[in-house]
Amino acid sequence: MGEILQILLADSFWAASLRIATPLIFGVLGALLCEKSGVLNLGIEGIFVAGAMAGWMAAWLGLGLWGGVLVAAVAGALFGLIHAILTVPLGLSQHVSGLGVTLFATSASYFAYRTALPDVASPPRIEPFRPLDIPLLSDLPFLGPVLFQQTALTWLALAMVALVWYVLERTPLGVAIKAVGDNPDSVDAQGLSVHGLRIGAVVAGSALMALGGAFLTMSAFDAFFFGMVNGRGWICIALVIFASWRPGKALVGALLFGAFDALQVRLQTEAGALVPGQVFLMAPYVLSILALVIAARRAEYPRALLKPWFKGQR
Amino acid sequence: MIRIEPREAPGRALRLGVPVLSALVALALAAIPLALAGAPVGRAYAEMARGVFGSLFAISEMLTRATPLIFTGLAAALAFRARLWNIGAEGQLYLGAMAAVAVGAGAIDAPAIVLVPLIVLLGAAAGAAGMVLPTMLKTRFGADEVVTTLLLNFIILIFVQMMLEGPLKDPMGLGWPQSPPILDQGMLPQLLPRMRVHSGLILALVLAGIAQFMLARSVWGFRLRAVGENAAAARLAGIGVGRTMLGVAALSGALAGLAGVGEVAGLKGYLTADLSPGFGYTGIVVAMLAGLSPVGVVVSALFIASVFVGADSMSRAMGVSSYLADLVVSMSLLCVLIGGFFARFRLRLGRNTGPGGARHG
Repeated sequence: MGEILQILLADSFWAASLRIATPLIFGVLGALLCEKSGVLNLGIEGIFVAGAMAGWMAAWLGLGLWGGVLVAAVAGALFGLIHAILTVPLGLSQHVSGLGVTLFATSASYFAYRTALPDVASPPRIEPFRPLDIPLLSDLPFLGPVLFQQTALTWLALAMVALVWYVLERTPLGVAIKAVGDNPDSVDAQGLSVHGLRIGAVVAGSALMALGGAFLTMSAFDAFFFGMVNGRGWICIALVIFASWRPGKALVGALLFGAFDALQVRLQTEAGALVPGQVFLMAPYVLSILALVIAARRAEYPRALLKPWFKGQR
Repeated sequence: MIRIEPREAPGRALRLGVPVLSALVALALAAIPLALAGAPVGRAYAEMARGVFGSLFAISEMLTRATPLIFTGLAAALAFRARLWNIGAEGQLYLGAMAAVAVGAGAIDAPAIVLVPLIVLLGAAAGAAGMVLPTMLKTRFGADEVVTTLLLNFIILIFVQMMLEGPLKDPMGLGWPQSPPILDQGMLPQLLPRMRVHSGLILALVLAGIAQFMLARSVWGFRLRAVGENAAAARLAGIGVGRTMLGVAALSGALAGLAGVGEVAGLKGYLTADLSPGFGYTGIVVAMLAGLSPVGVVVSALFIASVFVGADSMSRAMGVSSYLADLVVSMSLLCVLIGGFFARFRLRLGRNTGPGGARHG
């Protein structure tokens, strides 16, 4: 018990939690934006892979780190556009289309990687984002190391929480996006385009998801590896439900998740001899299922989620 | 202004033509990545065809590859018919494989007539359990089975790794994380001498036939389709929706478990953590390409297996990444989805005058 307390009090633990949470923050926000407009986006897992691969590849080709971030976002937006076209104007199954986009984005990324680098055993490394060492603030006790030594992408994720919250809660656009996911007829009655709003939300949400992937190859690590996304996208889909589709709660959920993950890594080094390491590796996925089971009862899904809408048909 | 109109009930030609056309379009689209990779496109297709049909050995390889895909394709098709989203066939496959080695690799020494059925049944039961659990979480707590089955895939794979370093580790395995081999009398019989194709294929074909018959003709099949088409109406009609769901879940999981049994007890002989290159996920594509028809699953599994085997051999001959196969498979899923739209609706140019637009089916 004392050891756990010691872990929890260390600033390095909270710094790690925020770092682990960062890709999830992007992913949960992206999934939330899609679902708020009424579209489930199971393309998320593949869009993470595409963002990770495209961002890193662009940086490696000399476009710079921010160029890579931009390329990742555009790649995510394009795969999101495929999902949006299939599910919004064509009204096809959101489940199957999303899985199709995941398979397509993943295999396209792997194929592009292997085609660009046919024979390498380990991928070339890039110079990743460095922690933003902010003078004075970084020297603050506790808060300094936790907050002010994260990379720019973590700050971007936190800014996105505020931005998505602001847009959804404080702007007419946000009101329209939420309405289109709850009651599209009312939006249509106001003369707004239901399909346009949904496509826009899915494309923007997918760009956010891809940034989560880009964080993995350009900040957490410095190269692209097969299987590195490892279910993070699916975890985000569970976290959205846990967060009741609210940006603030999404941040809390991602941070809690990051904290548990950071804790299991530290416990693994402490108790590694007693329990097989795999028990700890399973923990994040088990935790996500538990979170889902707990949250499912009171979950208030956007009312038009999964329901395609066509003009002139009630 | 483009208007979307529903077609009259799509005819047989349309229902059969759309998947075939979608598969061909996806195959043709592979020319783009092939050209981007700098390969001579025509020769690449020729290499692929030779890799699948060039010899009896090639055909045997294709059938071997199709066997697990028929099982996972059936698993997805049955579940999706009932609108139960089993995306966990990958994990259920590993559960079946684990059960097969747990019982077949020396735990029980029995003649083949006892041991083979035991391995098959236990493998199916383990797979079934792997889908019944998330389905209960759905019916009891409302936990979305898409997410739980997806996450369970990761949990089960890590569990397999744990078992392969623990109780299921082969003491003679020179430290490799692999299980001891299944006893000779526990292996499914081979179909051809010196070829890898095994009798798991026969089992898969028989089960596809049974599933087709049950779905179309039996009371159980009627209930399943009723639940899938309109759960609320089915409930009103006195059909136990939860019970039907659990039954479908058990069958779907069992079929995926059999894919794992076939891979260890028909092909590899022992279990490793890289037994499946994503057969569970590919099964979803197989099922969709088949229009969720069990007999169709056999045909589309043969197609997808040809793509994989052909791309592998093309890749060896020409140095193009074999991820091309995954690319074609994912594109055929997207193509058949879009094709399904055009089978159900027609686009008309003109003003939206008539009553009602399109209806989502």
